[in-house]
Amino acid sequence: MKFFKKIFFKNKKNFKGILIFENTSQVIEAERILKAAGYKIKVVAPPSAIRKGCDLAIELPIIESLGILEFLKNKKIEYLDFISCNDNELLKPVDIFQIKDFGKYLMVRAANMKLTIDKENLIIVNISGGGCPDVPYLASKLIGLSLNTAPQPKELANTLCGYALQLAYEKIKELLCLS
Amino acid sequence: MFIIVGIVPIEDLPLIYGEAKLLEKSLEIQNYSIPIERGTSALIAAAIKVLEVFKKENPFTFLIGDIGKGRGSKNLYKFLSENIEIYKPKVITFHYILPDVDGCLKLILALEKLSPKPVLIADAGFMYAVKMAGYSDFFDLFTPDLGELAFLADEKAPHPFYTRGFLLENENNIEELIKRAYKYKNASKYLLIKGKRDYIVCEGNILNIIDNPIVEELEAIGGTGDTLTGIISALVYTGFNLEEACEIGCQVNRLAGALSIPSPATQIQEIIPYIPKALNTILF
Repeated sequence: MKFFKKIFFKNKKNFKGILIFENTSQVIEAERILKAAGYKIKVVAPPSAIRKGCDLAIELPIIESLGILEFLKNKKIEYLDFISCNDNELLKPVDIFQIKDFGKYLMVRAANMKLTIDKENLIIVNISGGGCPDVPYLASKLIGLSLNTAPQPKELANTLCGYALQLAYEKIKELLCLS
Repeated sequence: MFIIVGIVPIEDLPLIYGEAKLLEKSLEIQNYSIPIERGTSALIAAAIKVLEVFKKENPFTFLIGDIGKGRGSKNLYKFLSENIEIYKPKVITFHYILPDVDGCLKLILALEKLSPKPVLIADAGFMYAVKMAGYSDFFDLFTPDLGELAFLADEKAPHPFYTRGFLLENENNIEELIKRAYKYKNASKYLLIKGKRDYIVCEGNILNIIDNPIVEELEAIGGTGDTLTGIISALVYTGFNLEEACEIGCQVNRLAGALSIPSPATQIQEIIPYIPKALNTILF
């Protein structure tokens, strides 16, 4: 409790709570559960001092941290650490999308990942870009499936490239008024 | 020896290494059959198609299964760090792998001991790892697309997922991105920037731009960047210098794509068979 009091009263307006996990898969799972429960959380890069490489963390409103940590404990989701962090130190996921209309096909790019669908039948026809190991895996699982029935990329993804594909997936559904 | 390193999306595939053979729709390595879909298997298949034309031996490949959980990548980094010197590589192309700074640094330490130094080419996840490790200028060639160039240009981004918006918004200002990537030492000696127009860059200077034929559909097709890196790597192994290899490779990859008369739904396996015809057209 002493730790939480310290972070509540120190620059309360500028500090966020950051949850650090062992790997990206756990972040994606925690994000899914927390969002489903209505918590306003975001995925971000961990602060540079503790970044190991290709990792994600969860940013949460510090005022809600006690409830969120308890919620995760009840759901048996383990995290490595909880820290407070100045907002300026955090890198945010990309939020700029490139959209290319090929007529019959529509392609959306988020960061380094591109998702292309057939607009007539909503079939995922191609996935390109990226460099993390789940990109070929996601392509092998999703190409040929309909946007309406395919699993969301984040259900299969384990890396940041997979997460970027999820953003392209959400954008393409938004553009087609499917979300 | 020409070495290609990467992962394939088969979770339980152990580390396999040996000369790759190209069958109709798969690669055969150590009696394992690896489907040619996209990623490193497409890169290897494209390289073999080039080497066939020059009647050179097929590449020696190191592959392991990884679907993004990182266990396979970790083992691959470790094995190569401990064993790469045995293989006396002339050209090494590193491709899909989980970006991991520690694993990458150990491997780079092993590469630094090689004499003579091989030509080092990096694409995909390994390129991300090298940038994060701060060793970009130790490499001879990176092959980023425009989004990945913006990541190289962003000295703070640990992954393209975090590239800051002001760089992505200015993506068309490619010269500024190139300048910035070299300024912060996040570029290899040569860069091949893949896109609607392919830019060949050496130490910050644009040497050439390849934009013919333009086949818009190729941007959507997964694996066209992989085949380009494979073609260029094989050309370097056959004796072309990096600038020549990039120039010819871009032309061949574009022409092979055009010959397949693609749509955005075309799969990379449909393009790879056209590589020898495209190469013969461009060179002879």
